[in-house]
Amino acid sequence: MKKFFCVVFSVLLIALSAMPAFAVESKNYDHLRGTEINVYNWGEYISDGSDGALDVNAQFEKETGIKVNYNTFDSNENMYNKLKGGGANYDIVIPSDYMIARLIEEGLVQKIDFSNIPNYANIMDKYKNLYFDPNNEYSVPYNVGMVGIIYNTKIVEGNPDSWDLMWNEKYSGQIMNFNNPRDAFAVAQFKLGISINTTDANQWERAYEELKKQKPLVQSYVMDEVFNKMESGEAAIVSYYAGDFLTMHDNNPDLAFYYPKEGMNIFVDSVCIPTSSQNKEAAELYINFLAREDIALANAEYLCYASPNKKVLENEDYSLRDEEILYPANQDELITEYFHNLDPDTQFIMTSLWDNLKIDGNQITGVYIGLISFVVIVAVLVIFTTVRKKRRASYYD
Amino acid sequence: MNKKSTFYQKLCASPHILWSAIFIIVPLLMVAYYSFTDANGSFTMENIYRLTDYTDTFLRSLWYGIIATLICLVMAYPIAYFISQSKARAQTTMIMLVMIPMWMNFLIRTYAWMNILEDSGVINKMLSFLHLPNLHMINTPSAVILGMVYNFLPYMILPIYSVLTKLDRSLVEAAQDLGANKFNVFLKVIFPMSVSGIVSGITMVFVPSVSTFYISQKLGGGTFALIGDIIEMQFQVSNNFNFGAALSLVLMVLILICMAFMNKFSDTEDAGGGMVV
Repeated sequence: MKKFFCVVFSVLLIALSAMPAFAVESKNYDHLRGTEINVYNWGEYISDGSDGALDVNAQFEKETGIKVNYNTFDSNENMYNKLKGGGANYDIVIPSDYMIARLIEEGLVQKIDFSNIPNYANIMDKYKNLYFDPNNEYSVPYNVGMVGIIYNTKIVEGNPDSWDLMWNEKYSGQIMNFNNPRDAFAVAQFKLGISINTTDANQWERAYEELKKQKPLVQSYVMDEVFNKMESGEAAIVSYYAGDFLTMHDNNPDLAFYYPKEGMNIFVDSVCIPTSSQNKEAAELYINFLAREDIALANAEYLCYASPNKKVLENEDYSLRDEEILYPANQDELITEYFHNLDPDTQFIMTSLWDNLKIDGNQITGVYIGLISFVVIVAVLVIFTTVRKKRRASYYD
Repeated sequence: MNKKSTFYQKLCASPHILWSAIFIIVPLLMVAYYSFTDANGSFTMENIYRLTDYTDTFLRSLWYGIIATLICLVMAYPIAYFISQSKARAQTTMIMLVMIPMWMNFLIRTYAWMNILEDSGVINKMLSFLHLPNLHMINTPSAVILGMVYNFLPYMILPIYSVLTKLDRSLVEAAQDLGANKFNVFLKVIFPMSVSGIVSGITMVFVPSVSTFYISQKLGGGTFALIGDIIEMQFQVSNNFNFGAALSLVLMVLILICMAFMNKFSDTEDAGGGMVV
């Protein structure tokens, strides 16, 4: 009975909170009916109607009559290339903090008219005025998260609490690290107590040395493969995003998660409107829609990432509201650092060191021996056939 | 009349020429342009000098490409020969079997190999079930070469097969009439006549093997890099198009040299039929 009231109450609440939004839409946005918006988001980063979840884009189309063309990217850098190249017109992009700073700096995103986004009031104060958008002009937070260590309790002993676990020789061959330079370097930098936004080349070099030390223990550098490898028990230790741990944990209950004591990266993915947008009004309508309680709730439930929307956290129906990993009680005590946009020189140092890390430590002598013997064999064959041909030709003379 | 037909011929060919110009020649010129400029578009040799840091990676990629191609050749020739000697109906079925895996996207097939080769993968589960010691296969160079051979083997079988089926049987009979035994018929008649198929097969296997990045990422675990990985990283991670272009340019030149050399080599054989670069 209590549950029944709960449901009735929450439905009422959602209806009430949605009402003003409907009122605004029916008043002002009828002329947008039949237009289109192009949305560019991370892969697997919206509630898409699978497993009985709400299909957010279909819902938006139903309510507003605006068609959503949905595309996905798999890294901030990839998204940047697409946007910078100018070949595609997007009305909505959802990059991470440091990339937003870069997009603003290069004039690739435009200011949002916040009078069209009344639901911005739902965003928690601590996710407003962030460093990349200090006056809240360009972005509306969509998801937040932190990086931590996921480990298999069947293999890892004790209660680890530090990044040192990823350098523990006991687990050689069962450790995995990020397969992108920024996140992988951050792991070493936190371990060494260096800022992840340092511009000092020596400090990057030190982090590189640390990763080089780790490399013999690393089974593989992964991104999306992490789900399969951790769920099947192929690997035992990996640094990854907290939200994704919950998904993995559903499939393998032996997995556990912690935030290392040395500190970790925190990120905010926010919704922005590119300068090239052709349908800004509809884009603002979409942003407002994403920040609406029922939609944000559906996304938070589906994605398992922490929501920056206070209405979601106040909602009784939200199954993850007490989840320690997403919303740690001691969050203010944890040491966290945002990525900042690196200047081109530092970026260059980082990516060159990353290339070196990939090349380093591979046995190359075998390759030399192989290539040289191959060339010798080919040369002998060529000489042999040429000589034979000439000799034959001489018979006909 | 004659003049008219050439005009029509040109007209028919023009869409193709236009297509090649826009989508092959222009991009190649752009690669060359990017290789010799910096991010601001001014001329620089910096990208080319920096290439020397990657010599080992280039050589490694070449070596893996050569091994994969040789394994493909050794495996594909007997298969192609066997298929070409079978009855017509059996030939269609067998060629179908060679082609069927290609209906599925090669990314998915490579991903599947990851699950097969893993320490907790299909093969090791079977070995454990039979109480045999487990094998460590994933994330090794051998796994990467296996991936290359598996993915590109059909490209070696098909050209060799098509040359062998078109082979003039009367030449074989003539050789037999002149007293050649089976071994000599093969070595002196059949094999030299199939060289053109081998050459195009080698090209179609060697080029994608040298430049692959997906296979080495998935089956190599990202712990070592082939030149394709480095190039991909320049575009996807570093946003350094200029250096990426320089790497691609050198890779193309290297492949061209290899191909030119191979064509020269195969010319010294008594090969019939045209060469494919």
